[in-house]
Amino acid sequence: MKTLALPRQLPGRLPRNYLPVLVTGALFIAMFTAGGIRYEGFATGQIILNVFIDNAFLLVVAVGMTFVILTGGIDLSVGSVVALTTMIAASLLPSTPSFLVILLVLAIGGVLGAAMGAIIHYFEIQPFIVTLAGMFLARGLCYTIGTDSIPITDPTFTAIAQTRIDLAPELWISPTVLIALAVVLVATYTLHYTRLGRNVYAVGGNEQSALLMGLPVARTKIAVYTVSGLCSALGGLLLSFYMLSGYGLHAVGMELDAIAAVVIGGTLLTGGSGYLLGTVLGVLVLGLIQTVISFEGTLSSWWTKIVIGLLLLVFILLQRLIVTTGVSRER
Amino acid sequence: MAEAILRMTGIGKEFPGVRALDGVDFRLLPGEVHALMGENGAGKSTLIKVLTGVYSIDSGEIELAGNRVAFAGPLEAQKAGISTVYQEVNLCRNLSVAENVFIGREPRKFGRIDWREMRRRTSDLLRQLDLPIDVAKPLSHYSLAIQQMVAIARAIDIDARVLILDEPTSSLDAGEVAQLFRVMRRLKEQGIAILFVSHFLDQIYEIADRMTILRNGRLVGEYVTAELPQVELVGKMIGRELAELERLDERPPARTSDTLVEASELGGRVAPFSLTIREGEVVGLAGLLGSGRTEIARLLFGADHAATGTLRIGGDQVTLRTPRAAMARGVAFCSENRREEGLVPELTVRENLILALQARRGWSRPVPRKKQDELVAKYIKALNIRPDNPEMLIRNLSGGNQQKVLLARWLILEPRLLILDEPTRGIDVGAKAEIQKLVVELSDGGMAVLFISAELDEVLRLSHKVAVLRDRRLVAELPNDDTLTTDVLMETIASGGAK
Repeated sequence: MKTLALPRQLPGRLPRNYLPVLVTGALFIAMFTAGGIRYEGFATGQIILNVFIDNAFLLVVAVGMTFVILTGGIDLSVGSVVALTTMIAASLLPSTPSFLVILLVLAIGGVLGAAMGAIIHYFEIQPFIVTLAGMFLARGLCYTIGTDSIPITDPTFTAIAQTRIDLAPELWISPTVLIALAVVLVATYTLHYTRLGRNVYAVGGNEQSALLMGLPVARTKIAVYTVSGLCSALGGLLLSFYMLSGYGLHAVGMELDAIAAVVIGGTLLTGGSGYLLGTVLGVLVLGLIQTVISFEGTLSSWWTKIVIGLLLLVFILLQRLIVTTGVSRER
Repeated sequence: MAEAILRMTGIGKEFPGVRALDGVDFRLLPGEVHALMGENGAGKSTLIKVLTGVYSIDSGEIELAGNRVAFAGPLEAQKAGISTVYQEVNLCRNLSVAENVFIGREPRKFGRIDWREMRRRTSDLLRQLDLPIDVAKPLSHYSLAIQQMVAIARAIDIDARVLILDEPTSSLDAGEVAQLFRVMRRLKEQGIAILFVSHFLDQIYEIADRMTILRNGRLVGEYVTAELPQVELVGKMIGRELAELERLDERPPARTSDTLVEASELGGRVAPFSLTIREGEVVGLAGLLGSGRTEIARLLFGADHAATGTLRIGGDQVTLRTPRAAMARGVAFCSENRREEGLVPELTVRENLILALQARRGWSRPVPRKKQDELVAKYIKALNIRPDNPEMLIRNLSGGNQQKVLLARWLILEPRLLILDEPTRGIDVGAKAEIQKLVVELSDGGMAVLFISAELDEVLRLSHKVAVLRDRRLVAELPNDDTLTTDVLMETIASGGAK
């Protein structure tokens, strides 16, 4: 978040880049308030914490997706990589020490991401197509391991799954939330205080210029897909802690949820503009919609999708508005 | 005189079929603004690309501060102290001004980017250039001129000793140009050598200390700006091509036929101009590259939209919104960019010829094959297109024959006004003469022709009257009588018509 980087620049007028983040933040608060008024037992801190607990894996995946989208790319393979991770973990855990399994799946995610990034950059192929291929590949690999759900009984995994960290009376989180928040912090630092992070923004702003300014464009592009692959694998681990099973049908369509969260969080799909804070808020909004619908009780869960669809539309229109008014002001 | 910081000797560069640079010498002194002059195809951009490491050289050598160098790419050149700022600013407009100056070499403290230090240093740097702006704002917040100066600031902060400004002023207004020139003078005082390319003669005379003129890939000479009158400069850039071309009949005096095209105060990307073209009249447009010749052609063809003024074609007032509308009015336009705006290289001669006719008929009414063959055979013969094989891919034809195919494509439509933009550039002398003869025949047959060429001889030979352009302004309209010579034209271009 640039707020950390440019504290002295904020008073007076906020850059218009912040507007989508602010709108998302306001939306979250409005939804929470409305829920609190409408449903008994809604307006508690634990409701928000539950959103974090239930969506920790999505948050981590969305962080990786933010890196990719900031460069102007897209990664469709994340959901499949999450599923592949749960599958590999579940099938290896009975015979392999858990820390080895964790290292292995992270490595697999990173290598898959790096390979896709390299193909995208060196062969100049659309990220959409390359990661679509990656998506089919990873999903297919799940079924070569097994077609049924594999339960996880490993003591480390079950211990993490069952641990409750009490923050206060009536308030608790799971270790997965801590992991996800750590990922968010590290990613924020990387994006705003390291050269890699700034190069991500530069490549997303104008790849040709970045090249002419002597920035390592190839390294940056491969790095973002590697980050996304790593985040997907980590997200897969968090999902295994949450589900305690590996299954080829886990996380179907999660890539779209991740993209939706990033876009609702205000990151431009064309790249170069957006903040991780926005992505966090995007995930929270998505999670809160589900919570509201479950509180409503009578509504089908498909309403979640309908609301997300409408929100996406509104936010993309909002972005377009901001971009066009921005351009006309320059002229 | 100070020792040259950059010395290029006997530079030669060849592309397939073209000698882009032929034994060119060039030197740049520290603390000077040096203009590189020449028309299209003179070799300016090739020389710059050689200097910045985009192209390798075939012969000759480059010395930077006494050391022989050979750059493998722009980055290496930049590291050695040669930085280039292009017309289209190569920065990231989504990032802040400070970041644009420092990205890739950000100041760091404890391994993290030190934003405060970065902003402070950028502010200092820009203040030296008289540019006190808020460096935390995104670059897109500022005008193109300021963006360019930020690019310059980045270049000089990377310790540039040689700064190349490639047409930096073409999209700036007068105030912005003045601001840029202030910055350039300041850099000059600091001993930086500046290589400046611009098509605006006034700007050259205002800012450049010396200049090097190229023509057709060869060095014409190196001059002190103050000692070279503008008319001589124009003469040296354009050159004179004598006697090689078949002498065409002396042009008859101005036609008295009906007015076909009447533009009054028509303006867009050129200053508003008035011009009439009669039926059967050849009107020449003379002026240097970038003087607005093509812009006038595009306005008359509906490729650009007029911002002011009115246009009458054949008596009716028209507003041309698209080239299609212009074509319906009988206007045809042969672009100067044969490759990009004219030919479809992967199609055959026949297909290229038929294209405009087919476009006018619409896709639902294909031209019958028999009719196609007839037309194609007729024009191949009439224009002497060689080889005379209609099924040959057009990319395999020579430049001159490609040009003839392009011409024929429009002639099939039997236009009332034919606009020819540089129809003879880059083609051999024989084809050139044939095209010139064709223009004469067409005008005798009643077709009006707007003839654009950088070669004054050619304009003079073909035109009934000549409109002279300079700096995007129509400065004079001269009847082609006995008193009009290339010298008079050059004088008019150089003086801007003000006598």
